[in-house]
Amino acid sequence: MSQTDTAPAAATAAAGADRSLTIRHLDKEYVRGKAVLRDINLTIDGRGLTAIIGPSGTGKSTLIRCINRLVEPSGGEIVFMGQDLAKLRGAALRAARRRIGMVFQEYNLVERLSVMENLLCGRLGYVPVWRAWLRRFPQADIDAAFALLDAVGLGDFATRRADALSGGQRQRVGIARALMQQPDLLLADEPTSSLDPKTSVEIMELMARLTGARDIPVVVNIHNVELARRFATRVIGMTGGRVVFDGPPAALEPRHLTEIYGGEDWL
Amino acid sequence: MSAAAGARRRAFAPDWTGRVVVAAIALYTLYAFSALDFSAQRFATGLGEGARLIGRMLPPNFARWPLLVEGLIESLQIAILASALGILASLPLGLLAARNLMPGWVAVPTRFFIAFCRSFHPVIVAILFVKAIGFGALAGVAALIVASMGFIAKLFAEAIEEISPKPLEAVRASGAPFAAVVIFAVMPQVMSRFVGFALYQLDSNLRNSTMVGLVGAGGIGGTLDAAFKRFDYDFVSAILIAIIAMIFIGEILSGWVRRAFQ
Amino acid sequence: MTPAQHAAPLAAVDREWRRFSPRERFARWLVYLVAVAAIVWSVRTIDVIPEFLADAPTQIVDLFQRMWPVDVAHYRRGIHDVLIETLHIATLGTILALGLAVPVGLLAARNITRSRVANQFAQLILVSSRSVNSLVWALVFVAVFGPGALAGALAIAFRSIGFVGKLLAEALEETQRGPIEALEAAGAPWGSIMLKGYWPQVQPAFIGIALFRWDINVRESAVLGLVGAGGIGVALDDAMNFFQWDRVAMVLLTILVVVVIAEILVTWIRRRII
Repeated sequence: MSQTDTAPAAATAAAGADRSLTIRHLDKEYVRGKAVLRDINLTIDGRGLTAIIGPSGTGKSTLIRCINRLVEPSGGEIVFMGQDLAKLRGAALRAARRRIGMVFQEYNLVERLSVMENLLCGRLGYVPVWRAWLRRFPQADIDAAFALLDAVGLGDFATRRADALSGGQRQRVGIARALMQQPDLLLADEPTSSLDPKTSVEIMELMARLTGARDIPVVVNIHNVELARRFATRVIGMTGGRVVFDGPPAALEPRHLTEIYGGEDWL
Repeated sequence: MSAAAGARRRAFAPDWTGRVVVAAIALYTLYAFSALDFSAQRFATGLGEGARLIGRMLPPNFARWPLLVEGLIESLQIAILASALGILASLPLGLLAARNLMPGWVAVPTRFFIAFCRSFHPVIVAILFVKAIGFGALAGVAALIVASMGFIAKLFAEAIEEISPKPLEAVRASGAPFAAVVIFAVMPQVMSRFVGFALYQLDSNLRNSTMVGLVGAGGIGGTLDAAFKRFDYDFVSAILIAIIAMIFIGEILSGWVRRAFQ
Repeated sequence: MTPAQHAAPLAAVDREWRRFSPRERFARWLVYLVAVAAIVWSVRTIDVIPEFLADAPTQIVDLFQRMWPVDVAHYRRGIHDVLIETLHIATLGTILALGLAVPVGLLAARNITRSRVANQFAQLILVSSRSVNSLVWALVFVAVFGPGALAGALAIAFRSIGFVGKLLAEALEETQRGPIEALEAAGAPWGSIMLKGYWPQVQPAFIGIALFRWDINVRESAVLGLVGAGGIGVALDDAMNFFQWDRVAMVLLTILVVVVIAEILVTWIRRRII
């Protein structure tokens, strides 16, 4: 286990670049005049797990999706590893995206493909189309996939179809797929919201452990404050498209939560 | 578990059925091309011919538009009458073929009859009617009635078989005669779907009514056949454009009607 | 009973009453009116010779009598080869159509091609393909490649593009967005997204469409011989031209058997795959 965890970490550390992410004056409006995000300014260090908390519909998901441009920002800059992601197009955007892994709430696996093929989907940004078509992935990729499957505890599931898995197993595959990209940043959009409480803790634990071993910074949207407190090194509280709290989890007090979520009923 | 051991593990389950099917289709395609005498040389000649044909089709010649309109109107008449009569005939047929209304000795032969109506292409049916009752629109109408029965009666019977049995039992329990059962328990449940089938069949009949003329059963198809035989390709293209336009308009109209009945 | 409980059934009644707004009712009556008018107009103006109409039942009975007994021996001499040719036409035509329909279907699917103009253009191709009957396509290809089965196979192919392309585009539009998003987020190029994101999702639908169309094409290819595009229609045409009705009956019987077998085969494969 320890070998499989450290080997890719060493490889990515060799890249040595600064993995911090800087967001400046980020705005997003889906409908003109109705801002979802207003003037977001954040710098996320190149390590640790940053949790974004806030009520639903407050733009957490939009913020995360603006970073890898699944959602087009309306204005502002997103600087990552010396590039403004907001300005990239075509091949340059794809090259930037493959350095950013993403874990989804609904897992977003290709249901009718095997677990192994879903993992290798994480390599599609690197592998030419014809190789993907013929399933002639480089042996190194397949080895890395098996190592990751072992690491997430699904070593015997390689040839199973994804739709035969439980929710927790699917999210493990989702995490493994994101890590197959050998990312310099991992985004997770509500990774535990479709899971039961016990599995949620397991998934967060797994994500924290695997990214910690590889020293990959993580930005995770999460509505469960307890999970955020337990696994995050930094908590960002959002409400109404603005950042209202930013600090270590220990500094998060009930008055902050009241500000973020409004009212006290939920406590 | 070391990475080296991982390398020997099987990454993909081999999909032998898939490979065999794909290989068989590929081989078959090659074989069929040669069996149908299709060579690169013939393809090249064909391309030249095709270019010449398109050249002669353009620009479309609408000079003989009275002939065109006459043919289109006859096709339209054939489609309307065949749909009306076909739908009318499908109502009793569908009822007779529904196994929840009828005993097996009625439903099964009716189903066979309906399947028989569906088995032959409308043009084959048309050609038989032309031989039997002579050239003209009547043969076309008859042929498309057969096609309509094969399609609507089948769907209608299936719709009836899917209805909820409760209202049926309620009306039956009151000692109502069969006609009352049909009118008060069956029809209300299937009528809305029946409209959809009828519209679909009207579309389909419109398409086929432009064709039956090729075998002498009336409509624009006869005009088209004559134009082809006389190599009037610019008139052919005009006819084809007119047919496509009519069918396109028909689809739009039936879309409207469908929405009005939703 | 509280007012809230009271309101629920009343609301239902209210809804029932308002199920059809006056405008909807008007639209329906208009449709009925137009339908009746169209039928009346057709009956009054269609060019039907009354003697033919009166004579039709006797003529049809007569035709059936001349078909009996069926000339079974004719199968080996005159039908078997053209039957095989018909199956080739249907199968090859379907395969060609599948290949040709994929690009058009991709162009027509609004979630893949995000250009309204391109979508409309693809729709135009699809509608044209469907609106022109296979017999007309056959006439065109006979003019291009000369008489024979090749023209038939191409006619079947071009006629099927519209059907296959339309259903394929619909299947593509119904795919889940999530997996596609995941592949986009991984930086996958367009081709890989198609192969690993869309294709696995539409594959069952694609196989179903192919089988369904093949079943239809077996029926369609039986008539192509009437315009010289090969297949069993040639045998039908010959027998009819010589008024050999017992042979016509045998050809029809063969077509019936093949169509039924094709339908059973398709149902069986579909049940095994899907």
